[in-house]
Amino acid sequence: MKKSLYILSFVFLVSLLFAGAAFAQSSTPPTDDQVNAVAHKLYCPVCESTPLDVCPTDACKDWREQIRTMLAEGKSEAEILTYFEDQYGARVLAEPPKKGFYWLVYLLPPALILAGAVILFRSMKAWTTVKADAPNPVEATSAKKDDYVARLEEELKKQK
Amino acid sequence: MTEETTPPKRGVSLTAQIIIWVFIAGLLALVGFGLNRARNPMAAVGDRVPDFDLVYYKGYEYNGTAQMKLSDLRGKIVVINIWASWCKPCEQEAPELEKAWQFYKDGNDVVFVGVDYVDTPAGANEYLKKFSITFPNAPDLKSNISSILNRQMGVPETYFIDREGILRNVKIGPFASPGEIQSIIQSIQ
Repeated sequence: MKKSLYILSFVFLVSLLFAGAAFAQSSTPPTDDQVNAVAHKLYCPVCESTPLDVCPTDACKDWREQIRTMLAEGKSEAEILTYFEDQYGARVLAEPPKKGFYWLVYLLPPALILAGAVILFRSMKAWTTVKADAPNPVEATSAKKDDYVARLEEELKKQK
Repeated sequence: MTEETTPPKRGVSLTAQIIIWVFIAGLLALVGFGLNRARNPMAAVGDRVPDFDLVYYKGYEYNGTAQMKLSDLRGKIVVINIWASWCKPCEQEAPELEKAWQFYKDGNDVVFVGVDYVDTPAGANEYLKKFSITFPNAPDLKSNISSILNRQMGVPETYFIDREGILRNVKIGPFASPGEIQSIIQSIQ
């Protein structure tokens, strides 16, 4: 009984595997939206700074067709992006790969923003301290003025 | 008696300044190191061409060998033609190149290698069949070969390498006739 249960489970798993493969092969052809979703993550290898999904050249049409073919073959988005990177280099990826030298692209901007925030915070703190320690300009002016008025009145008295 | 007042400290402290400068210096060193690593050695006329891999298209191997290095062809004159199936001027010279190859192929002294620059395999296959190309052809994976050869303008460009591996001539643009190719090969023989 136990043995037959094992055999049945095995047959079920194998049939699932085949069904998956058959589904991948016989599924409906990829739509333009599906192709463009992948193409949007790639740049034209020939024209500078043109996303592959909007590139109007014949070469780009060929590359989009290639994406369509690969999707129809059951290739995942990650596999297609890897294929394009292997063929044409990392420069065709809209999002740089998270490896090696490319980490700088991800780490540098937040690091610079953080450093800028620290500098700004410290500078603002220093300016606030200076303002708090400095004498009140209104008081200083009125004190000067009183002194001047007193001297003026004294001189007037002397002349009288 | 005058009261001495110490001016309040302003700006960034010395420690912060040191940290910032160390950070900037480290960053510049990292960028320099990365750029230096990413840069391929480049060939110039009169210099030895840095070695690179050739992984041929199926059906377009050299003497049945699917993969080799440029240095494996040392002792022969190597003509490297960079092309692409989307390149119209390449179509203009493709028949001329094939005619020239037919002239040299039995001598086994001159090797033509087509290098397919950023192309689709389907487009490349169609192009090679359309012009009945028979000489060895390989894709320019990650544009590595064209980068080493210091491709200048676009495609087509053709590089003539002598038996010692020295770059002798560069033709930018399409050839007008097989005779033009032959005269360059004769000049370096």
